[in-house]
Amino acid sequence: MYLRPRTIDAAVAALVETKGRIVAGGTDVMPALVDQVRRTPFIDISAVDDLRGITISGGKVRMGARTTWTDIASADLPPALHGLQAAAREVGSRQIQNVGTIAGNLCNASPAADGVPPLLALDAEVELTSAAGRRSMPLASFILGNRKTELRAGEMMTAVTVSALGPAARSAFLKLGARRYLVISIAMAAAVVERGKDGTIADARIAVGACSAVARRLSALEKDLVGKPFSPAAAEFVTAAHVAGLTPIDDVRATATYRTDAAETVVRRVLAACLSETAHA
Amino acid sequence: MLDVPSEALTFDLNGERVSLHVDPAARLTQVVRDVAGLTGTKVGCDAGDCGACTVLVDGAPVCGCLMLAGQVEGRSVTTIEGLERECDTAARLKESFARHGAAQCGICTPGMMVSAAALLEEVEHPTEQQVLDAIGGVLCRCTGYRKIVAAVMDAGRTRSADGAVAEPLDAEGPVGRRFERLDGARKIDGTELFGADAWPADTLLLRAVRSPHHRARFSFGDLDAFVAANPGIERVFTAADVPGENRFGVIPPLADQPVFAVGETRFRGEAVAAVVGRPSAIAALDLKSFPVVWEELPAHVTLDQALAEDAHRVHEGRAGNILVRGHVERGDADGALAGAAVTAEGEFETGFVEHAYIEPEAGFAQRVGDRIEISACTQSPYMDRDDTAKILGIAPEAVRIIPTAVGGGFGSKLDLSVQPFIAVAAWHLNKPVRMVYSRPESIATTTKRHPARIRAKVGADASGRLVGMAFDGDFNTGAYSSWGPTVANRVPVHASGPYFMPNYRARTRAVHTNLVPAGAFRGFGVPQASVAQEQLYDELADKLGMDRLEFRILNALTDDLPTVTGQVLGEGVGFRKCLEALRPHWKRARSEAEAFNAKASGALRRGVGVAGMWYGCGNTSLANPSTIRAGLKPDGRIALHQGAVDIGQGSNTVIPQIFAEALGAPLSVLDVLSADTDITPDCGKTSASRQTFVTGKAAELAGRAMRAQILRLANAGEDARISFKGGKVAVEENGRSRTVNPAALAVDALGYVLSVEETFDPPTTPLDSKGQGSPYAVYGFGAHMAELEVDVELGTVKVLKITAAHDLGRAINPMLVEGQIEGGVAQGLGLALMEEFIPGRGENLHDYLIPSAGDMPPVESIIIEDPSPVGPFGAKGIGEQALIPTAPAILNAIHDAVGVRIRRVPATPDRVRAAILAGTR
Repeated sequence: MYLRPRTIDAAVAALVETKGRIVAGGTDVMPALVDQVRRTPFIDISAVDDLRGITISGGKVRMGARTTWTDIASADLPPALHGLQAAAREVGSRQIQNVGTIAGNLCNASPAADGVPPLLALDAEVELTSAAGRRSMPLASFILGNRKTELRAGEMMTAVTVSALGPAARSAFLKLGARRYLVISIAMAAAVVERGKDGTIADARIAVGACSAVARRLSALEKDLVGKPFSPAAAEFVTAAHVAGLTPIDDVRATATYRTDAAETVVRRVLAACLSETAHA
Repeated sequence: MLDVPSEALTFDLNGERVSLHVDPAARLTQVVRDVAGLTGTKVGCDAGDCGACTVLVDGAPVCGCLMLAGQVEGRSVTTIEGLERECDTAARLKESFARHGAAQCGICTPGMMVSAAALLEEVEHPTEQQVLDAIGGVLCRCTGYRKIVAAVMDAGRTRSADGAVAEPLDAEGPVGRRFERLDGARKIDGTELFGADAWPADTLLLRAVRSPHHRARFSFGDLDAFVAANPGIERVFTAADVPGENRFGVIPPLADQPVFAVGETRFRGEAVAAVVGRPSAIAALDLKSFPVVWEELPAHVTLDQALAEDAHRVHEGRAGNILVRGHVERGDADGALAGAAVTAEGEFETGFVEHAYIEPEAGFAQRVGDRIEISACTQSPYMDRDDTAKILGIAPEAVRIIPTAVGGGFGSKLDLSVQPFIAVAAWHLNKPVRMVYSRPESIATTTKRHPARIRAKVGADASGRLVGMAFDGDFNTGAYSSWGPTVANRVPVHASGPYFMPNYRARTRAVHTNLVPAGAFRGFGVPQASVAQEQLYDELADKLGMDRLEFRILNALTDDLPTVTGQVLGEGVGFRKCLEALRPHWKRARSEAEAFNAKASGALRRGVGVAGMWYGCGNTSLANPSTIRAGLKPDGRIALHQGAVDIGQGSNTVIPQIFAEALGAPLSVLDVLSADTDITPDCGKTSASRQTFVTGKAAELAGRAMRAQILRLANAGEDARISFKGGKVAVEENGRSRTVNPAALAVDALGYVLSVEETFDPPTTPLDSKGQGSPYAVYGFGAHMAELEVDVELGTVKVLKITAAHDLGRAINPMLVEGQIEGGVAQGLGLALMEEFIPGRGENLHDYLIPSAGDMPPVESIIIEDPSPVGPFGAKGIGEQALIPTAPAILNAIHDAVGVRIRRVPATPDRVRAAILAGTR
């Protein structure tokens, strides 16, 4: 069965009625069908116009669920989201970025999802909609594990919201892979740092992906960075202890030992990049 | 309440409004190819990993395999077929692709063209970075990307930046000219037909039922009930249905692979049955419902397990799981090493490497009376013919193999894949049957590069001259023989490298395991051996305090020195010239790297590495003839029966160039007939870098024979000039001209007024019990220099440039030669840095990584022409030669940069970083 609703209400109704699977860009759904026969009904939300687009108001940036990576990469966004934009440009390839969506990336809940670290660092909230109404929750609570989320039966993600922060915020993203394009991360990190009036770091939020079942914030490091000078030199405060809590696995891409070791470097570099980033006009 | 899509899907396809009745949840590729019949859009993976299926939707490039048909309702879809109509830049882009040789096999070309056209619509003169970002999502396995990048950057220019020009086909003296490939246009406009692109109406579809375990016992349930329960399924085939021998293999005396396993499977992915039915029924079939019960058995998944004393035998009769042993010995290796002033030794390992051509195996078979015809992608039509005949229990002449265009081969399409299944099914059903491998099926079940475990020791005297080498290599040949014997025999001949090695012992074993069969892959084991040999030579040079390049120059094999098999080549050993050509580059690169490192304060360190290579063209001490036929037609043109399968390397262009040169005529007089076992005589297999050499020589002989016949007809002497014009053949000599009118002459059985057929088999001798003899008539030589940057904190390696010097005797078509070199470098880079297949894991192109456009450095090709006395116009092979030295040059450069030896490839970031941390300096 294949349904292509035009409205969020119709999509939710279809979800309840068919217990189907939401499809948008298809970049995770379709590869899973190689050599497989589709059993699940598809609810294709690519015609739901209300789900696409970025709006900025009241200090919030709201991205509709099916906003694509290309939409994000090409939008005029405040510096706090430059890291997210950098991540958007690292997703797969142009072809993937043109159809892959932000909500798809989050709902798929891959440990190596490129969108998760920058959105965690932005304290993103996800908006979930069902026939019963809407609820919001922090992204950090939404993803529970490898391919596991808080999404309930009959519920779909409809938007992702982050705070635009001020002009004093900076952000960056760094992905480490074994080739240049079309690559799944071995490790990645995102940083959002706010500059205080005194020229020191007022707030830092750092997340690491592909080094645990769910991308993780480095809260000890974030705490340690507050009050440090707002300059690339602050990256030197990153230590092995800050990434020691990560729980990477061995897989075809790298060993767990390497991931922990590389994470420290990637975090240090993303921080340095973030702190040296000049505001894009 | 729900918005159900209307029955017909309406959208603009290449500018025309179409309404199609299709499953809206189908992949867009399926609709475009199977329903709209536009097969220019290729399917390489169905997972967004390769980009071959790139189409434009409302002008934006997307993977057609990921887009649901329903998603294009009301939108505009542009495929390669409509690119020129929809994009103003497409025509110029096509010309630029042709001029630059940007298409080799052509399977990725439509995806590349579409992606590039989308960029050019936005940016008229893109930067290299913009081009890389635009094509980064399309994988290419042939070209090494550089010519594609150049073609895209050049498309907006009226004059080519790098001087690429289109040579006219009527140019005199075709050999040595940079002709565009003769079959290029159809690759670039998407009309080329590959294995999955054409089939007769009402063709049935076949899917194989395959073992989920490395080794398993199995039994079938009620197959009749299964057929009855699945409408549209016509029949299930098993071993009981194989009319002839249920066994095939590329080396007949060792043939051991069943079409369908009997009772027990020996590797994960081995077929036990095939289900054939209407395409819609096969598409809807869940093979999990197939009635088969598996009992997993203990399996050998490592060399050590297979070599253990009490290990079960993968094949009865092959004791110790040894398929074959190879051996070459000269002088006293142990004595020489004991007396050497310096020695270096080590153990090296390589893994399975996947060919990763972008075209998965595909084709169809149909029974025509008491004959069977197979149209499929292949590198070896006559071997396919003979093996299929045995499987069907019919005469070889009753089998016709019509190779389709081949979307990359690199060795794996030498072996049968779809052919036995579709042949057996079509034979019984008397209906055409087709099969298209999925990407996981292709990766899991077709042959791989042999994983190797090598122990080697080399020694030199105090003056730096090599005195001895001892080499032992085990090659994991997997469950079936395939080309295991070839690897085991070729490696000992080559493991010294192209250096004078007076004392030598090399022993190899091809070892059976319960893993995917390892077979032929560009180099037949020589790339693995060179990873060991060239790293050890660097160590020796360092111990001697000698420059690493000069050490190689000192020890380089020459015309007069014997090889390790005692062969003195006499002429055409251009290896030293290759090394000497690298000298200025080496000095420049070394001083640049040194200057960079002296100033480096961050994590980056630069290094430069060099490695040498030789490779014998053709079969090792075995006959491998090629036959070329040609005829003068009544219309005054020449038909050239060119049976060397062009898998992208260019034999469809190079062989005609050689023939035309020998005939003394331009290319434009030729009508080329490509491989078809009913039409073209046997040109052997496209492997072992033999086509330009062996088939090329046959073409030279045929061209000369045709020339001689024409001259005889005109009663003219050797130096006369032949020209073809207006259906007549004019022969001029000493100012006198005679005209031959072919239309007035009698035709033979083939319809030709003059016919020639010439065969060439390279002169070789058998190897004796110590491996002494002349295994090859011709070797190709070369050396690569790698410049790279290592990130010491992350262990990542970025190759900055490869300088590749190759002695190929005579470059018949320098543009195609560069294409081979650049493509070989890309595969060598993959072998060095990222490629390893682990059976059961990563049967896709996102876990198994091949280099993307962004990973390829610039390649500077230096062509050395030290003519071979045997090859056509002096030519030697280049296909495999181009890959072999890249990986060791990269590994040597890594050592130069950061002082660590990587003895286990690929040198992934985790391995390089671990080596740096371990401080193995």
